[in-house]
Amino acid sequence: MTERPHLAVVGAGPAGLAGALAAAARGVRVTLVDAAEQAGGQFYRQPAAALGARRPQALHHQWRTWERLRDGLERHVDAGRVTHLTDHHVWCVEGESGAFAVHALRGPAQEEGVTVRADAVLLATGGYERVLPFPGWTLPGVVTAGGAQAMLKGGLVLPGRTAVVAGTGPLLLPVATGLAAAGARVAALVESADPKALVRRAPVLAAQPGKLAEGAWYSGQLVRHGVRVLPRHTVVEAHGADRLEAVTVAGLDRDGRLRPGTARRIPCDTLAVGHGMLPHTDLAETLGCTLSGTDVRVDGEQRTDVPGVWAAGETTGIGGAALALAEGHIAGRSVAARLHGTTPDPRRWATASRSRTRLREFFAALDAVYTPPADWADRITDDTVVCRCEEVTAEQVRTAVDTLGAGDVRTVKLLTRAGMGWCQGRICGPAVAGLTGCPFTPGRRPFARPVPLGVLAALPEQETD
Amino acid sequence: MNPWELAQARPGAAFTVTFDGRPVEALPGQTVAAALWAAGVTSWRSTRGAGRPRGVFCGIGVCFDCLVTVNDRANQRACLVPVRPGDVIRTQEGTGRDDD
Repeated sequence: MTERPHLAVVGAGPAGLAGALAAAARGVRVTLVDAAEQAGGQFYRQPAAALGARRPQALHHQWRTWERLRDGLERHVDAGRVTHLTDHHVWCVEGESGAFAVHALRGPAQEEGVTVRADAVLLATGGYERVLPFPGWTLPGVVTAGGAQAMLKGGLVLPGRTAVVAGTGPLLLPVATGLAAAGARVAALVESADPKALVRRAPVLAAQPGKLAEGAWYSGQLVRHGVRVLPRHTVVEAHGADRLEAVTVAGLDRDGRLRPGTARRIPCDTLAVGHGMLPHTDLAETLGCTLSGTDVRVDGEQRTDVPGVWAAGETTGIGGAALALAEGHIAGRSVAARLHGTTPDPRRWATASRSRTRLREFFAALDAVYTPPADWADRITDDTVVCRCEEVTAEQVRTAVDTLGAGDVRTVKLLTRAGMGWCQGRICGPAVAGLTGCPFTPGRRPFARPVPLGVLAALPEQETD
Repeated sequence: MNPWELAQARPGAAFTVTFDGRPVEALPGQTVAAALWAAGVTSWRSTRGAGRPRGVFCGIGVCFDCLVTVNDRANQRACLVPVRPGDVIRTQEGTGRDDD
């Protein structure tokens, strides 16, 4: 081989960056393809440069890690080892080992196609938030918890003055404290799980002193900002005519059912809500990678079962930025060895490997605790819109199941259009599965985002190396 | 405290865009959604079926709820599209196409 082997990394969050740096440091030419204007992904989403933020670290955690990644990327880009394609929205990766084509749409307009050719691909596509419907969830002012955080980190804006942060999962803590630090009044943090249940998993926690300190820090911030924490509570309904005006929250019993007489109304103009995260797996599925559950399956080297395709970070299972870094690093080292025709020695990444094991155990423990309340699907009223794009109500889904005999999500989709809209079921998928009585499985989407027909028609002419 | 003070931001000079005909101040670097939020606007689409108001939901380009018409181009994701001086932003009714 006369030229250095070429790796395309899809996604410039912690996993993609760690992978790109590890591979570039070991003689691999890397093209980092990312949808955002700046590297960082969702976790390290940066304010737009033109906003002139002199203290972006005030919006972030583990800033030093970000500085290391950012500076490393800059060095490799300057040295010509990494090409960083910003504002490139990848819609499909095709090919086989040694000859992959990464198809992207360029710029915010997403009308112009670009193809990157590479010997290997690292999928670091991250994840997005799962939100389970409840009456009123389509009102303006109701946003995903991660969305509120993204708008704050990237655009330095708040959706309103008084926020309730609700749902379940560890993301709610940084969202509540972040909104409060930026000047929002956070009226309540409503968590359906009982975080005390984590104590029963003490051994796993004890292995994560850093995570314990992080939890303690968030608790301190909640106290400091006067955020009322309501564990084992849930949002029953969001109220308002054309805009959110209040939410009703209620307590949950041990079985996750509403406790009678506990409902209370909290006035607010913002509800930041989320029920955990889901991996982006579209590109992996189109390539033929096997999933286990919702996650791309990988081996100890972060290889998928498709030769030449690696995956790291949330796409292989939700586990946060630190796990993404460890996985990305291992993937980058494995790619470098394999593309140079050698077998990597896992002892060389033993530290990252130990960190990966511990963090996976930790997030498995979190997952077991932060589950949505048992009868969330039963509490969706008939008139609640479940599929936000196609405006399909819970009643229509229930009719498809109970009256028309649909026994799976696909049949429900064909009968109701739930999941056929712009988002292609990414948002309503878990809810439709819940209402249908089926386990949630990721939908198969050959195209990871809408592609103009002109781009498809023009593909052969627009290929670049 | 507000987000600007927290991040010690010194944005470039503000410019004017219009939202449904009225002037709105925007800043370089903001997305259309951020500019509208900063102006106190939280909805800029009415749905095709029930005509219900929608705005930002996921904030990261996944849900397509924040679709808006910018400079006569419908179906732009407000959370992704940068705002530009002079932009004419309009509430998107239904599909955003006049013939529907």
